[in-house]
Amino acid sequence: MRAAHSASLFAVVAALGSVPARSDAARPPAGASSCTGCHAAGAAMGALDGRTEAEIADALAAFRSGARPATIMNRIATGFDERESRAVAAWFAARGAR
Amino acid sequence: MGGAADRAPGATRRSVLGGAAASVLARPALGGARPRVVVVGGGFGGATAARELARGGADVTLVEASEAYVSCPFSNAVIAGLRGIDAQVLGYDALGRAGLRLVRGTASGVDPAARRVDLGDGTALPYDRLVLSPGIDLRFDVLPGYDADAVTAMPHAWRAGEQTVLLARQLAAMPEGGTVVLSAPANPYRCPPGPYERASLIAHFLKTRKPRAKLILLDAKDSFSKQKLFEPAWAALYPDVLEYVPLASGGQVAAVDPAAMIVRTDFADYKADVACIIPPQRAGRIAARAGCADRSGWCPIDPVTFESRLVPGIHVIGDAAIAGAMPKSAFSANAQGKVCAQAVLDLLDGREPESPRLINTCYSLVAPGYGISVAGVFRPTDGLLADVPGAGGISPPDAPAAVRAREAAYAESWYRTITGAVFG
Ligand code: HEC
Repeated sequence: MRAAHSASLFAVVAALGSVPARSDAARPPAGASSCTGCHAAGAAMGALDGRTEAEIADALAAFRSGARPATIMNRIATGFDERESRAVAAWFAARGAR
Repeated sequence: MGGAADRAPGATRRSVLGGAAASVLARPALGGARPRVVVVGGGFGGATAARELARGGADVTLVEASEAYVSCPFSNAVIAGLRGIDAQVLGYDALGRAGLRLVRGTASGVDPAARRVDLGDGTALPYDRLVLSPGIDLRFDVLPGYDADAVTAMPHAWRAGEQTVLLARQLAAMPEGGTVVLSAPANPYRCPPGPYERASLIAHFLKTRKPRAKLILLDAKDSFSKQKLFEPAWAALYPDVLEYVPLASGGQVAAVDPAAMIVRTDFADYKADVACIIPPQRAGRIAARAGCADRSGWCPIDPVTFESRLVPGIHVIGDAAIAGAMPKSAFSANAQGKVCAQAVLDLLDGREPESPRLINTCYSLVAPGYGISVAGVFRPTDGLLADVPGAGGISPPDAPAAVRAREAAYAESWYRTITGAVFG
């Protein structure tokens, strides 16, 4: 989640004017921004914000292994390995806490 | 409905619909001018990108010609009389309050060297980065007889709105025992499962409302999205109503005669009471004008940033982009809008964008309460967006009715969520 950013390559464009510096916490880990296409407060697929990291990561692991029945999450969770799932889970957990 | 600004009669100047962006931004720049990002096209892709860019602190101008967006997902239910068109109409009021400038107008050209978008009325919009989300252009130059005037007799209804309502009316007015002809184009085109959902719901309409009527589905290809789910469902639900004619059986439409209501293949003439022709497509016009479309008519992009492979500084998202294995769908456009906005903010920030992962899901209704889906997870691989191996796929072919009902309910929930997030 905390990849190093090589700023030098992009210094030229930065000179055009820059957006306020954002912390790494604001950047969703790969894949997380797609989850909210379905998951939201009030939706049949409930919001992920505010669930604990363990809750989300365990659910994803169970969907991935097939242990937990699903209409669609089995097909989505298999697109993320253990580490990637945990990063996504941690991000939603942190977002809810803010 | 839509933005509030009245346009003075005969006025040629653009109307600025949104509030002054700078004063309402949550996170104003700490120093220096904020980078300017122009977004062209206020559909699922462009509206998403504009919102996310504004949230990230950019000075965003969204250019959109229409007063309100009429969305395609679920518009097949309108055609089949199961839903009102009002449920498809999404205004721009909320976007106008999202800390961005909303300009009603049509982008007529782009000068990539000067980094400027020109509107038809002479307005020039300078940008540091440009995001094009122009959707599709229907091609009226490839299918003999199907020109822009033919769409009244033979609606395409492939951009939701008047065309959707027209096709619904024609179906409702059709005599009992009539024939509907529906044609699906070759790949690629907007919403791969769309023609088959449309066929399903029209068949449902005929079965329940028009005794002895028939639907002939002519296809310019032999295989299609969710085929393993659609075909058994058709056999079970609509055996006497829906006839599918694939390419191999002569399904490719060679010409149409709108005056005589004839759809012609190389093998037969089909006389229709109602004909819906879904023509071949290409990226929305401005993409080609900006130099972003290749000979296929679509736009090659970098899969990490969605930056055009042909014109630096311009990003292309949604239906117009060649997104590898990712289908042209509202879900894809929304997911791409978020990823592209993040990449644009990173580039403007002088940071290297991270390799993204994107999800797509297309729900389709085979009948009311009978939902199916295809899902995929995608990541950049060898310069294209490719399926993550082992992920994605279609609903199980042998699922019980209760699962189909759950998917139908999830489909509705998805629609409410995505439209709320983008336009609400
Ligand atoms: C296409 C819609 C869709 C997308 C996209 C999606 N989900 Fe889901 N999610 C569902 C549905 C539907 C369920 C209920 C289980 C099922 O039927 O698959 C669910 C269930 C879950 C649950 C269990 C919730 C609970 O109540 O215990 C978690 C956790 C979850 N999803 C996480 C994610 C994450 C993380 C992502 C992004 C990587 C994601 N989902 C993307 C539709 C979606």
